[in-house]
Amino acid sequence: MKKVLTGNVAAAYGATAARVNVVAAYPITPQTTIVEILSEIVADGELKADFVKVESEHSALAACIGAQSAGARTFTATSAQGLALMHELIHWSARARLPIVLTNVNRAMAPGWSIWADATDSIAQRDTGWMQVYCENNQEVFDTVIMSYKIGENENILLPTLINLDAFFLSHTSQVVDIYDSERIDSFLPPYNPKYKLDVNAPRSFGALTSPEHYYEFSYLLHNAHKKAKEVIREVGKEFGKKFGREYGLVEEYKCEDADEILVTYGTIAGTTKDAVDRLREKGRKVGAFKIRYFRPFPDEEVIEVLSKAKKIGVIDRAVSFGHEGPFLSEVKAALYESGNYVPVYGFVAGLGGRDVSIADIENIHDHMINNEPENLIWIGVKK
Amino acid sequence: MNSEKKVKLTIPEHEVMSPGHLACQGCGASLAMRYALKALGEKTIVSIPACCWAVIDGPFPYSAAGIPVMHCAFETAASTSSGITHAMSQLGQDDVTTLAWAGDGGTFDIGLQALSGAAERGDNLIYIVYDNEAYMNTGIQRSSSTPHGAWTTTTPVKHYKKGPKKNIVEIMVAHHIPYVATANIAYPEDLIRKIKKAKEIKGAKFLHLYAPCPTGWKHPPAITIKVARLATETNVFPLYEVTDGVYKINKVIKNVKPVEEYLKLQGRFRHLSKEEIDFIQQEVNKNWERLVKLEKAFGEDSE
Repeated sequence: MKKVLTGNVAAAYGATAARVNVVAAYPITPQTTIVEILSEIVADGELKADFVKVESEHSALAACIGAQSAGARTFTATSAQGLALMHELIHWSARARLPIVLTNVNRAMAPGWSIWADATDSIAQRDTGWMQVYCENNQEVFDTVIMSYKIGENENILLPTLINLDAFFLSHTSQVVDIYDSERIDSFLPPYNPKYKLDVNAPRSFGALTSPEHYYEFSYLLHNAHKKAKEVIREVGKEFGKKFGREYGLVEEYKCEDADEILVTYGTIAGTTKDAVDRLREKGRKVGAFKIRYFRPFPDEEVIEVLSKAKKIGVIDRAVSFGHEGPFLSEVKAALYESGNYVPVYGFVAGLGGRDVSIADIENIHDHMINNEPENLIWIGVKK
Repeated sequence: MNSEKKVKLTIPEHEVMSPGHLACQGCGASLAMRYALKALGEKTIVSIPACCWAVIDGPFPYSAAGIPVMHCAFETAASTSSGITHAMSQLGQDDVTTLAWAGDGGTFDIGLQALSGAAERGDNLIYIVYDNEAYMNTGIQRSSSTPHGAWTTTTPVKHYKKGPKKNIVEIMVAHHIPYVATANIAYPEDLIRKIKKAKEIKGAKFLHLYAPCPTGWKHPPAITIKVARLATETNVFPLYEVTDGVYKINKVIKNVKPVEEYLKLQGRFRHLSKEEIDFIQQEVNKNWERLVKLEKAFGEDSE
């Protein structure tokens, strides 16, 4: 059924179609409408679930951790400061191997107060053990919520997923989204039935004091789950494609096959970049776009396979690792180093704090790559 | 056959908890859990944040509690339990009791916000704070439950704790939850009755459980019960409950003992001058009078 939905509504509908048992969330702009819609859906009885209206994001994730440990499928959503407040429990939920799904509306961190798009909030959760996806459009938001439960709940994976959508560009912008009801989703996503849970008939302790004898192995197993997740993400993306007509992978290529230069991006800038590629192609430039969906696990194989064939790579980050460079740039360069192929890589930082990144900006980025030597940190449109 | 008169036991004989736990000798908190689980039984899931009990239960892969234990982050005993109780409700296991079990640091201090949230929402759980009046697991640092006059490692002798401990019971009563009570390991019948009562009530229930710590209070492990009993006999820790806003003092001590008898058994109060002891006595008297007034005003017989 096609509907015109904002990214936030698509996220709420995704959680509804996935038949989550417990939602625990706290309002923050621009995530708020996800919470509002879900609370209404639950209160109306359209979704048989408990909505825990907690007093903070910290408690939101703690409640999800408790509920998921007890065998419930859980969902939460937040943004920026809220995600930062959850940080302790972001670590906790990954190490506890709980396949919670969290939609994070990418928003800039304060101060100064900003409610606009910026990926710094989610990038700061890089090393927690969560899988991280960046969405380009509202359809991808809906689809990714559903796929994330299937991927995370796989008994070989058991990892939580952070689904990112850009503030306002997706959260509050309406697009056509093809949605399905729970009955249709049921044949794709079976009920959550974890092997180990809080069970009075089989009492166990979870998360107890762990000596150096065991902690190291828990970390090793968590990492291995990420490695295995790459294959599961590809499989589930294909299965989703067969069932619903839209296939997903860890990355998405756009006109990369014969490209001399490839522009690497994520989130909504990926959509803008595709349009810019079309315009540049009209001018006779052999350029392609490469969208990275999964930041964790990082798709080294795809990056190497596609990007090492190009003559120049440009990475556009809507975040910066202060004192270094764009975070996606670092990952792409590291993967290319593994490949043994030297490809010049240009690092661009654009759109911080919600500043618009236009098609013209992307065209300028391409011009810069044609006419200049590579640099790690090129600021786009900075006012000096 | 046995001709002896059989003594009627008022405490359930059935043990849920195993003896092989890691508590210090004379630990009030381990006894507290043992009694609590006698009252609640096996159909209980407990959340335990960072506190002595995070260690007492045993390291991975051991567990002494005998029920499912959810170790959780320091400030999340209440919020984790909120999640568990909602999951139980959605998964059709309403007969399972959800218990949050935290120390005074995790309750009076870092976990107060989450506790307030769970109480205000009326989440169906029992929250029990076992109060040993300082951060004992990290090595005896003061909390907002540390009483006036006490030594801790962050309120050393020359700079002992000044100011009263937080009145957590009144904070919880102010949340209008159906049941709030104090209990003391030295009065197990009263303690077990209260936990059983809490189990039968739907909504958020709160128990303030007095549990001495020989290691932190500097008294011999053998006199834990004596110290605990004196806390109530001196009115330092009165036993009362507030059911749907109705106050009831459960134990009125006929010959109230001077607070000095309680203080002098504990090394943490050894430095106190006579003036300070007199001051503490006055404060204890004031608090007791206030409680009596509350019972008069809001008790069963109030108009």
